[in-house]
Amino acid sequence: MLLANNAQKEAEIMKTLVIISGKGGTGKTTVSGVFASLANATAIGDCDVDAPDFHLILNPVKQAQKDFYGLSKANIDPERCTACLQCIETCRFDAIQQTKSNVGVNSLKCEGCRACGLVCPEDAITYVDTVSGEVYRSNSRYGPLSHAQLKIGEENSGKLVGEVREQLKELTEGIKDPLVILDGPPGIGCPVISSITGATAVLIVTEPSVAGKSDMERTLDLTEHFQMKAFVLINKADINPAEVAQIRETCLEKNVEIIGEIPFDITVTRAISNGHTLLEENPTAPASLALKKAWKILQNHLEYS
Amino acid sequence: MFHYMVVIAVASGKGGTGKTAVATSLALVADNTCQILDCDVEAPNVALYLPFHTGEEMKARRPVPEIDPEVCTYCGECAKACQYNAIAIAPKVAMTFPELCHSCGACYIACPIPGAIKEIDRIIGAIRKGQTRNGHELIEGRINVGEAIATPLIKQVKEKIRSDTLTIIDSPPGNGCPVVESISEADFVFLVTEPTPFGAYDLSLAIELTKILDLPAGVIINRDGIGSSQKIEELCKRTNIPILLRIPFERKIAEEYSQGRVLVDIVPSLRAKFQTLLSDAISK
Repeated sequence: MLLANNAQKEAEIMKTLVIISGKGGTGKTTVSGVFASLANATAIGDCDVDAPDFHLILNPVKQAQKDFYGLSKANIDPERCTACLQCIETCRFDAIQQTKSNVGVNSLKCEGCRACGLVCPEDAITYVDTVSGEVYRSNSRYGPLSHAQLKIGEENSGKLVGEVREQLKELTEGIKDPLVILDGPPGIGCPVISSITGATAVLIVTEPSVAGKSDMERTLDLTEHFQMKAFVLINKADINPAEVAQIRETCLEKNVEIIGEIPFDITVTRAISNGHTLLEENPTAPASLALKKAWKILQNHLEYS
Repeated sequence: MFHYMVVIAVASGKGGTGKTAVATSLALVADNTCQILDCDVEAPNVALYLPFHTGEEMKARRPVPEIDPEVCTYCGECAKACQYNAIAIAPKVAMTFPELCHSCGACYIACPIPGAIKEIDRIIGAIRKGQTRNGHELIEGRINVGEAIATPLIKQVKEKIRSDTLTIIDSPPGNGCPVVESISEADFVFLVTEPTPFGAYDLSLAIELTKILDLPAGVIINRDGIGSSQKIEELCKRTNIPILLRIPFERKIAEEYSQGRVLVDIVPSLRAKFQTLLSDAISK
């Protein structure tokens, strides 16, 4: 595998737990908040770079910020351009258009591949560094937080996730047996892949619905594909007991441990509104108690992995 | 009956707010000449609510480079040209990493030796096209697990948009490139949110996206009542985006929706409201 060597090294030095879901809205960030409060983690990360929410619970104080540069975007010099349109023919992303006055690049569509520059006979195309987002290093009540915001409409989420993780390496340097908890993005594409490579364990937060189960299965296929250790947590479990049974069956077949079944709790919203984790807001709620139990199981696995 | 092309996308910012619930409901209240596209290719769910009655599956592909070791001179021009580190050239070794390839063709253009590099198809997923039991045309994109880049598949799903009818697009969550690709050519975007701080924050990002893409949009507040919608109301006023519908939270809705029932079937009184949503969006 491409990233195997580095990833392996990272797994040996630092223990990383990544919380993903496949389906959006299953409760990743809510669970991440509770686990961060219980874990005494060395550092925390929010890898959902295009819609980050972890900071709404953690209320971090920014310590440092830096620009993230995605791929450079093409720029056509109107003085040199002769409108031969070779670039338009070559661009596979429909990022170049001819208007009445010139030939111009739609920077939202430009993927920075530079194929256009290779075919331009007039050397009219240059590439401009583009700030595609920001990376932040902050302090929170549960530890240092590495997070980012992708500039809206920009691409390269995967690379920005990489920067968030790279910063975590810096935040844990010199610490013995560091533990890092990452709140991941939804889906199974490049930002998720970037979030999970090299992690010690992946927790898939699912919900008992037809969509939740379907997406959980795809996410388990993903963790299998990358040969990662995965666990499942069923959130809002009392919404559909029949579907919980189906999920249990699937996990049994795939030899995946379900570390907890958490009942639906309407006070989750109140917790977030108050900038609290669920545990802080309502420590004796059934969901809080169930999450505490689930963390104990996961912590045990992390210790001995 | 539609005789012209109208594309309506359903997006959100935050995941799990009810995009698919809204998209499938819009399809059910629309005329059954409409198409519904599932562009959430990483986690497609439309077919769980509007199952395929008939359909055929086609593999989706994109071009990636293949280097002929007999012809290649290992000059390294292709690797130099590649902005994605998808090619590595060392003395006598040429390696490609198709998962990283963006199918831009730069390597092929840069190669000075005819026949040393050619483009071959990489299967990235599948597109399923068919009819639902209600007679809607459903087109679903489903990316292969492990494929990092969703946008080429989403593009191919969008190529099936017919120019003579209404098309409803179920978009992925977030604000990244898969969402941009899904909604960029829509005539109108419904932004589905929930009255929670996460919902409001992610909605602000999603609204910004619709402004950048210059798309008219309207907000639907789902699960109204689980938290305060004040932030959302202030946001919508500030950005001049109307709140078009509020769907109240009811545990019963969550339970039945989790079983695969379409929202307007669970709450028939919503049908008329969705019909209004549709006709208002089309007239914009």
